[in-house]
Amino acid sequence: MKDYLVLRVIAKLMIPFMLLFALYVQFHGDFGPGGGFQAGVIAAAAIIFYAIIFGLPAARAVVPDRLVETMVASGVLLYAGVGVAGLLLGGNYLDYFVLGRDSVAGQHRGIFWVEVGVLVTVAGVMLKIFYMFAGRDRGEDA
Amino acid sequence: MTLLMMMAVVTVAIAGRRNLFAVVILFGIYSFLMATVLVALDAVDVAMTEAAVGAGISMVLFLSALHLGRNEEMKPLHKPFLPLVVAVATGAALAYGTLWLPAFSDPEAPIHQHVAQRYIAEGARETGVPNIVTAVLASYRGYDTLGEVTVVFTAGIGVIALLRRVRRRKQGGQA
Repeated sequence: MKDYLVLRVIAKLMIPFMLLFALYVQFHGDFGPGGGFQAGVIAAAAIIFYAIIFGLPAARAVVPDRLVETMVASGVLLYAGVGVAGLLLGGNYLDYFVLGRDSVAGQHRGIFWVEVGVLVTVAGVMLKIFYMFAGRDRGEDA
Repeated sequence: MTLLMMMAVVTVAIAGRRNLFAVVILFGIYSFLMATVLVALDAVDVAMTEAAVGAGISMVLFLSALHLGRNEEMKPLHKPFLPLVVAVATGAALAYGTLWLPAFSDPEAPIHQHVAQRYIAEGARETGVPNIVTAVLASYRGYDTLGEVTVVFTAGIGVIALLRRVRRRKQGGQA
């Protein structure tokens, strides 16, 4: 689809706003609807859109496979790490009260990092699955 | 009600189609209708997920899977009467079960008597997060969400493990 001028222009116009919207959904999730799951999917959708219009190699150049695979694992580790941080600071596993000066600040910090972990893993997994499917040939033996 | 009728129509249309491309598009329509129903039920967070995951990502994944396979579904080997009977019986049992559920948004329902009241009364003060859904999801039910993320992670590495092995074997065969 690289040769369609309209698609290229529209995609280039829209993708920054899609990524911005993903960030909005992520960081505004405390106040409105949204959170890590939704933001991760929207961010992955923006990259997939880019891959559909400009081709898979272009998308792989922007978000390489190695980065995606790192994202898949690091999100879960970040989430679990927030729990361990709570343990080390003297609370129970996944207790956020101990993470900040007072309990509300700790809750804020805990929820923030947990949601970042969700975003990273969800976006990574969605992108990875798309890469794996789209990267296969249509050969008879595939 | 209109939405549910439209969803029923789409479901019947999906069951009747042989062309898988049309089925994928109908799945997308179904997901958007489902998202609209969830908005009508005031579950905006879930509606957002349904629209993004159900209508967005899964359609792309279905289409890319379709690109690898054939566009037409094969003729079924069996007559569809036994599955039809099972599906109708299960549906009837589920509908029968809903007769004893509490009315929608009934404040006296058992599920609203347990911890939900505390979340609503204390959630904003304890967590400082105005969106109760986020407070419950990330803080009160942090273990469950960690489990969900682990499920997503497992699904991801499962796909990697399955698809990459095939590719390696193919390369080995050519070499």
